[in-house]
Amino acid sequence: MTAPAPLDTPLIVGKHTFTSRLFVGTGKYASFELMRECLAASATECVTVAVRRVKLGGPPSENLMSFIDGKYTILPNTAGCFTAADAIRTAHLSREALGTSLVKLEVLADPKTLLPEPVGTLEACRELMKEGFTVLVYTSDDPVMARRLAELGVASVMPAGSPIGSGQGVLNPNNIRIILETVRPEFKIPIIVDAGVGTASDVSIAMELGADGVLLNTGIAHAKDPLRMAYAMKAACEAGRLAHLAGRIPRKLYANASSPMEGRIAPADTGAIPGE
Amino acid sequence: MKITVNGQEREVAPGTTLAQLVQQLNVRTDRIATERNLKVIPKAQYQDTVLEEGDKLEVVTFVGGG
Repeated sequence: MTAPAPLDTPLIVGKHTFTSRLFVGTGKYASFELMRECLAASATECVTVAVRRVKLGGPPSENLMSFIDGKYTILPNTAGCFTAADAIRTAHLSREALGTSLVKLEVLADPKTLLPEPVGTLEACRELMKEGFTVLVYTSDDPVMARRLAELGVASVMPAGSPIGSGQGVLNPNNIRIILETVRPEFKIPIIVDAGVGTASDVSIAMELGADGVLLNTGIAHAKDPLRMAYAMKAACEAGRLAHLAGRIPRKLYANASSPMEGRIAPADTGAIPGE
Repeated sequence: MKITVNGQEREVAPGTTLAQLVQQLNVRTDRIATERNLKVIPKAQYQDTVLEEGDKLEVVTFVGGG
């Protein structure tokens, strides 16, 4: 038997087309070599990077970019920015360094929660859109905020499953569903669940809900065996996506036999069939 | 004259251009970007950008991140 063809359609984000729906961060790996292997195993086509000061003094250090340049679509983030102004500056710098208008916009509230700061996010988003950036915007799972950002014309809204690096998975699937059912059809943009993935099932859950993609970093980089987890995340993303497309059965309170009830042999004791 | 590069004070000769500074910093020049007093300077302008006393520069590149 052959699988139905095509199994899936590509994911389109702005001008970019991806077969893989997994977006993977490049942070927190024990080494660049391990990162390279994990990215390959995850089958991602788009990886995130952060903008930071070059280290001064000493010989030039090994460069992250030499491990990913040319192999992936590079999505620079504004992680670590706590004001709209700093996020905008960071986006300007990454555009200059990379020659890309892609940016994953993060304006964070504070270092402890790393929750998105909604007012600053909106402000930075408005400015970057005006300047022609292709903005993928990190936000909470608030459907109202997701709508406000979508109205600005962003390429993707990226609601958090749970706090960055927390490994708590998708805490409020209902909010994600509301975003998927209301914001996505109206604005025709992909919704990519970003942050909070702890293990493979978290990715599957997000994809089963109907998310267009999932972005994760720590879930792979800090797993005991990152390479195995990278394979697991790939499988989970595909499994969740296909399950979503296939359509799950409704949840029922009572059982529904898979084997026919008809034609069973007579029970030895009474001859009566229970339930009949 | 004194300028600040990535938060560190630095003494450079008057008339130093951004291109000369980047060379002095001994950093990779691919995939970097420079901001001078909160304004990004495109690479094509490094040669013509003459630094001034008190300039605050940020020289950045990419690191791992999520």
